[in-house]
Amino acid sequence: MVLKVFFPSCCSSADSGILIGRWISEQNSAVILAVVHFPFIPVQVKQYLGEVQRVTKVSVSVLGSWNNSKQEKEESLSEFLEDLGTIFCHEPWIQISKEGDSKFWSCSTLQKHSKNPQEEEIILVYYDQRKVMLSHLHPPLDTAGQRAEDASKLSAIFDTVARSQVLFMMDRYDEGPIKLTHWQSDGVEASIIVELLKQASVPACMLLTFLLSLVSGICRSRVLKFWPLSFLWSKLSTCEQLGHRLQHLQVISSNKKAQNQNQLMRKANIFVSLLIDVALGILLMSWLYRKNRIGHLAETLIPVADHVAEELQDLLQWLMGAPAGLKMNRALDQVLGRFFLYHIHLWISYIHLLSPFIEMILWYVGLSACLGLTMALCILSDIIALLTFHIYCFYVYGARLYCLKIYGLSSLWRLFRGKKWNVLRQRVDSCSYDLDQLFIGTLLFTILLFLLPTTALYYLVFTLLRLLVVIVQGLIHLLVDLIDSLPLYSLILRLCRSYRLAAGVKFRVLEQQDGKPLRLLMQINPLSYGSVVQTYRLPTYSCYPRDSWASLCKKLFLGELIYPWKHKGDKQN
Amino acid sequence: MAEERRFLSASGVPIALRRRQHSASCRELAVRGPRLQLRSLSAATSAVWLAAYGLFALSENSMVLSAAIFITLIGLIIYLHFVKIDQESLLVIGSLGIQVTSSYASGKESTTFIEMGQVKDVVINEAIHMQKVIYYLCILLQDPEDPQGVSEVVPLFQSSKPRLDCLIEVYKSCQEILEQRKTAPQSS
Repeated sequence: MVLKVFFPSCCSSADSGILIGRWISEQNSAVILAVVHFPFIPVQVKQYLGEVQRVTKVSVSVLGSWNNSKQEKEESLSEFLEDLGTIFCHEPWIQISKEGDSKFWSCSTLQKHSKNPQEEEIILVYYDQRKVMLSHLHPPLDTAGQRAEDASKLSAIFDTVARSQVLFMMDRYDEGPIKLTHWQSDGVEASIIVELLKQASVPACMLLTFLLSLVSGICRSRVLKFWPLSFLWSKLSTCEQLGHRLQHLQVISSNKKAQNQNQLMRKANIFVSLLIDVALGILLMSWLYRKNRIGHLAETLIPVADHVAEELQDLLQWLMGAPAGLKMNRALDQVLGRFFLYHIHLWISYIHLLSPFIEMILWYVGLSACLGLTMALCILSDIIALLTFHIYCFYVYGARLYCLKIYGLSSLWRLFRGKKWNVLRQRVDSCSYDLDQLFIGTLLFTILLFLLPTTALYYLVFTLLRLLVVIVQGLIHLLVDLIDSLPLYSLILRLCRSYRLAAGVKFRVLEQQDGKPLRLLMQINPLSYGSVVQTYRLPTYSCYPRDSWASLCKKLFLGELIYPWKHKGDKQN
Repeated sequence: MAEERRFLSASGVPIALRRRQHSASCRELAVRGPRLQLRSLSAATSAVWLAAYGLFALSENSMVLSAAIFITLIGLIIYLHFVKIDQESLLVIGSLGIQVTSSYASGKESTTFIEMGQVKDVVINEAIHMQKVIYYLCILLQDPEDPQGVSEVVPLFQSSKPRLDCLIEVYKSCQEILEQRKTAPQSS
């Protein structure tokens, strides 16, 4: 069987001593965590290792000896190291020795109770201890719990190093009975800024929690729950986005420490996302409020609304004539056309009534962009919805009329053929009608049939306009969703510290020499950007199409009102 | 100990197979395709610039020329970094696993490491590719629930597509190492 020794590259220049680490017998591999230097008392070493084992739950033990002879080969030292094998009995006892500055080390094992006495091959794998300790291995997405028993060998190694953090706290420069060498020996690393931030975060979190409880108390008060207001809040996307952001703030400001990697990344992602959002919002605000752009916007808004209304009037005049060469029923045409024209007239007067206040309203509404770019986009979407309210009304009128007509036609068509819809049995049954019923039914059927093209044309035109507005709103919401759900912290981490997010490992074969063990370098293979986004995506109240294409077409044909975007909180009707 | 032999790919392009034995249980097999030729590069660039100059002569808009330069540069960078694979290699380390590496012309390397516990076998399969039937080497991954089943098939040397003679050499080298794990005493 091949013996694999995972040796930390930071210990390559350590003085002679004994090796401590974990022996994984199922894989016949030894993960070396540190080197203990002379002089030491074996009893104290065993005691210390027992303590470490209790705290970290990793079975750390003495695995072998390390001989780094900088001058000539010292015979006595190597014999002494062999004798140590009897004190710390470990099966097999690994002996690694390095001569001078040579890259090629000799590695051998001592087996007392060996079943097969032949020389087994040894593979020496170097690994970067700090990177492996900080890294987080991402298993492939489809496995999750299934392969727990069959856990990959690599995750065992990563796990061992990550959980032994307590071992790395003591160093050979510390005063104490045990002198260790590991990755911290090159110099203990810490960052003042990170420590200061950690200290400052506790009171900041408490302040934020207090403010949030106030705000949510106001939001939940009875005043805002009366019927017209609650209906309004549910329809405006700004309020949903606000609620969503409040929820995010609550997640960040909670006092509990993150339990595992996923929660930590989630908190960090939300924090960075909020920060970037607010920064972009403030940038937008500073651009808007410079050079009186708000004034310009307000000045162009009324003419644009007027222009839209005029275009609609022209459209209706066209429909009242002979649109596309089709011949309409004159009377119905005139009625419908005048009805809609009157509505447009009302709308124009309403807009003109509002015109002196528009600039002020826009100015105050623009201030809310400091809450974030997503908020500004939601407000834009709501403004579009409000400005095109008349198109929505026309669509509803046209759809209802058309729907009534279609139902009437289908029911009278059944009468025409002598059948009836049985509500009890939910099926079509034959029925014998009286003569006068048949007569009136056929008459009505004919009237409805010949009036169908007119109504259908109005319905078609207004549905297309409504779909246009819906598509524009949908695009804005898609953009808001993108900003909400993109895990920016994870992406920046993948860019700057790619070893933290590991998809696996890669091995590089180093220079070999005959007679010496195989030397490999184990490096961390980082996760691809696509997998980072997929794993750490933030959940949103996303809007996605409610209906498939087939049911959408069916609804359009029958004249049922369509609300193409479904929000996560909506109940399925 | 390295040796190199020349073969042909499925489309007739000359490729080279290099075998290195690092130790008794570690072998590296690398298939190298032809490098990017200066001829084809100049031909593509000249074609794009001729077309751009023709458009410029028609439309008198100098933006066309700068757009053509921009497109050529971006296209070249994308081709070298994402499309052109120079070398595909297979590193088989008995008792650790199999590592598959693709090196692109820009120097980028994309690596996948498959642990030995997941590898069921390495076989040569046939596939219908366009109008031809070609042979390809693939790694069969073990299904954790079903010991006889195969959960995934990982095809190797997809860009260089060596022919059967080259594949047989690679197959023999891999099988020598894979057999060692069967003869070794089973670990619990």
